[in-house]
Amino acid sequence: MNLIEMGLFLAAGGALLGALAIALVPRRVRPLVGGLVTAGVGVGGVLAGIGGLTGAGAHGGAAWTRIAPGLLPLGEARLSVDALSGVFLLLVGAVAIAAGVYGIGYTADGAGHANPAGSRTTQATVPLFVASMIFVPASASVTTLLVVWELMALTSLVLVLTEHRLRPSVRDAGLWYAGMTHAGLVAIMTGLVVFASGAGGESFDALRAGAAHLSPAARSTVFVLVFIGFGAKAGLVPLHVWLPRAHPEAPSHVSALMSAAMVSLGIYGLIRVGFDLLGGGPRWWGLLVLAIGAVSALFGVLQASVATDLKRLLAYSTTENVGLMAIGIGASGVFAADGNRALAGVLMAAAVLHALNHAAFKTVLFLGAGSVLRATGLRDLDALGGLVRRMPLTTALFGIGALGAAALPPGNGFVSEWVLLQGLIHSIHEGISAAPVVAVSIPVAVGVVALTAGLGVATFVKAFGVGFLAQPRSTAAATATESPMPMRVGMGIAGATCVVLGVAPAVAGGALDRVLNVLPAVRNTAPLADSAVTLRLAGIAGSMSPLLIACGLALSALVVFGVVRRLTGGAPRRVVGVWANGRTERDSRQELTATSFAEPLTRVFDDVLRPEHDIDITPYAESSYLIESVTFRQRVPDRLEAAIYPPLLATLSSWGEWSRRMANGRVHRYLAYGFLGLLGALVVVAVTT
Amino acid sequence: MTASETAVAVAAAGIQVALIVVGAPYLAGLMRQVRARMEGRAGAGVGQPMRDLRKLFRKEATRPEGTSVVFAAAPLIMLASAVFLAAVIPFVSTIAAVGGVSDLFAVVAILLLGTVSLALAGLDTGTAFGGIGASREVTIVALVEPTILLAIFALSVRVGSSNLTDIVAGTLASPSQVLSPASLLAAVAFAVVIVAEAGRLPVDNPSTHLELTMIHEAMVLEYSGRDLAMVELAASMRLALLLGLGVNLFAPWGVATSLAPLALLLGIVMLIVKVALVGVALAVIEVFMAKLRLFRVPELLAGSLLFALLAVAASYFLA
Repeated sequence: MNLIEMGLFLAAGGALLGALAIALVPRRVRPLVGGLVTAGVGVGGVLAGIGGLTGAGAHGGAAWTRIAPGLLPLGEARLSVDALSGVFLLLVGAVAIAAGVYGIGYTADGAGHANPAGSRTTQATVPLFVASMIFVPASASVTTLLVVWELMALTSLVLVLTEHRLRPSVRDAGLWYAGMTHAGLVAIMTGLVVFASGAGGESFDALRAGAAHLSPAARSTVFVLVFIGFGAKAGLVPLHVWLPRAHPEAPSHVSALMSAAMVSLGIYGLIRVGFDLLGGGPRWWGLLVLAIGAVSALFGVLQASVATDLKRLLAYSTTENVGLMAIGIGASGVFAADGNRALAGVLMAAAVLHALNHAAFKTVLFLGAGSVLRATGLRDLDALGGLVRRMPLTTALFGIGALGAAALPPGNGFVSEWVLLQGLIHSIHEGISAAPVVAVSIPVAVGVVALTAGLGVATFVKAFGVGFLAQPRSTAAATATESPMPMRVGMGIAGATCVVLGVAPAVAGGALDRVLNVLPAVRNTAPLADSAVTLRLAGIAGSMSPLLIACGLALSALVVFGVVRRLTGGAPRRVVGVWANGRTERDSRQELTATSFAEPLTRVFDDVLRPEHDIDITPYAESSYLIESVTFRQRVPDRLEAAIYPPLLATLSSWGEWSRRMANGRVHRYLAYGFLGLLGALVVVAVTT
Repeated sequence: MTASETAVAVAAAGIQVALIVVGAPYLAGLMRQVRARMEGRAGAGVGQPMRDLRKLFRKEATRPEGTSVVFAAAPLIMLASAVFLAAVIPFVSTIAAVGGVSDLFAVVAILLLGTVSLALAGLDTGTAFGGIGASREVTIVALVEPTILLAIFALSVRVGSSNLTDIVAGTLASPSQVLSPASLLAAVAFAVVIVAEAGRLPVDNPSTHLELTMIHEAMVLEYSGRDLAMVELAASMRLALLLGLGVNLFAPWGVATSLAPLALLLGIVMLIVKVALVGVALAVIEVFMAKLRLFRVPELLAGSLLFALLAVAASYFLA
């Protein structure tokens, strides 16, 4: 039994038996059992992932494959794990381990009240959700993929609805999520069915072999359809609308699973179908993905920079990061179509590396947000603050995640953005393709990545600075207590992963090269092959060493600290009152809130964001000039959503109305429809033959 | 690279650090003196910032109650990042002691790390001023970032690498490139970026103490003693670093391409002369300028972004 079999067996068996066990054990021990089962399923994913990356069970160049004929109604269940599956198995598994351990503490009942996240249904569904995510990259036929994809959608929907009794907004989120995920499923299914019928088989091997026989129009149809479907799952604009709804409402360890792991499976699907099964395509595919990615990145970060709900901010940041991955994938497609394999390899490696980095830091961030939520009951940054003293470990770990998300060294996000920028920058030197459309779109992409980086810094300075530093702005924040041990361990695992990926990304280098070997367009480019301490890119001039930067910064800090101590004696700082405009006592109402912190940005991007202000002024009864109280509210609605969805929904519902009028229950009307339909069919037959 | 060459390269890095740590306060003093003279004042002398620093280092450091480790660590991070950059940017010689660090993206990101730590410290004090300063600083950073990266893009194109030593060496090898449209446009964009990043007029007034207009000063209001000295030193070092980076990217003459002692000496002298000249020029321009309203600054930065985009376009189409 090799690693892959062991891992997948552990995932499937662990999830099924574990779910049963969770359903049976008493409430008191349920969090412990639930957490351990989830982490165990995650371990299965990690094992299978390592197996896939190291090529365990591969025979003569073919990846590990198992077929269970007749298991599914329409065909066999087929599993296969290669390096590309492996990296995403590893990602899902690792996130699940952190989230599972964290869940032991997070789902435990609070003092005197039952925690809805600890309910039987939720606890039993989490391992099933993780297992279905693990089987998405492991499935190797259209039927298998669609079945586990739908399982993943259903289990996650159940989890999103966990707290539906507490807030009506949860039901709204569930509705949006169900709608979007199923619209996506329809798109994927249609695309893959067209593909399979053209290729003459539904296993991935048959698709890969038959892809060349498809007409260009059919190939493009397939690509666009699966891009829509996987893009909806990944949260690309304009199909991102479920993210800012579902992520905040789900329990936090589920948000982490959804945002860090499930979303990247959309990226997996795009790479698998677009680059592996279809084997790459014309330049406009790449440009399409690039354009959508650029819009997503910019729109996501802009919304995140003005968001005040911590988990909503993180959800928009997911859209941003998925956008960055899509920029990498799209640019890779463009250069692969132009025959520039070295650059395509670098950019694809950047996209996959960013998926790993994003999973690591987004897990820490969502788990940290959950820790805050559990301690204070608040997600609103405007009411938080001062947590650094009450919850030092959560603050430190959230800080590590924020550093990664802000793409600052020595955080891990910086590394993948650097590789992405290197890939884009060298597009000119490495033999420009003459196409003006490329010459225009690549600099714009660099500009987008750059603006994203700048706004990302603003976003996470706000999230960390306003949420965790300064004085508490509510009693809940002032009386918060640090989370229990399992939650700290769960966050710690994810935080440690961030540090490793940020300082020594070269550990992922060899694995990434093997991943790229799966994809025909970038096979054997090995962009990170000779990276040991320094990250060196093959084929283009570019090297950067995160480890040396981290060491250099630490060394400089040590030297500066030593010298200053020597110069000044290093007496402890005297604690004094703060200077607040001549007053010494401090009022937390004078502090900047998240809203006021983002005010300059909101004003600069006024035309895009169009915030809605609401000011209520209550004067005293005696005089309208004396004001008793002023209430200011600002809401930044999602403009894209407002522009697209209401008209779409209105069209759909008017269509529904119309069909209801058509079917009014009179039999002779239905007979007339049948007659007209037959007539039409006969006319078509007569005309076409 | 042999052991002795590595030793020389490390020594060169050490010289750079010493040069910038000591020279930066005098650069600030020089710029203030030039402004004072042009405004008809006598001025405090070129050595005044250094004297201020010496005095501050002797004074007691304070900490507002309720601040966390972030407040205490920010000056250290800011100064350490500046010292680290002073060691790795090729100011004096293009031969670096350690490769893989002097990448232009990395340099910009490390500079940003200092900015961010100070902004967090401003928020950590929990005062309205600290927060406003941080908010303004971060807004400007968010808008400067695209310009700076696009300018790097345009500069990297002509040598096919974003490594600073490659860019400088490339320009030294074929000086006529400096006059290419891409370079000139990038230089304009970069100049605006330097002004914004270093907090000079017209973006921020370094000598203001009027609460409504200040950015940098608002964030450091609560610092005193050695902490304030570290922040002030780091701020002047950042200006020196940015000016040095600017002159070496666009006029790298004098930078040593070998580790010969004479070449290194020439490199040191040329660096001092060039940075002093640019600093004086900046000071002279500042005299004739008023600070922009905060919400006019984005227009300025959008303008520089346009220049950077044009630079990139020029490098694509005129390459």
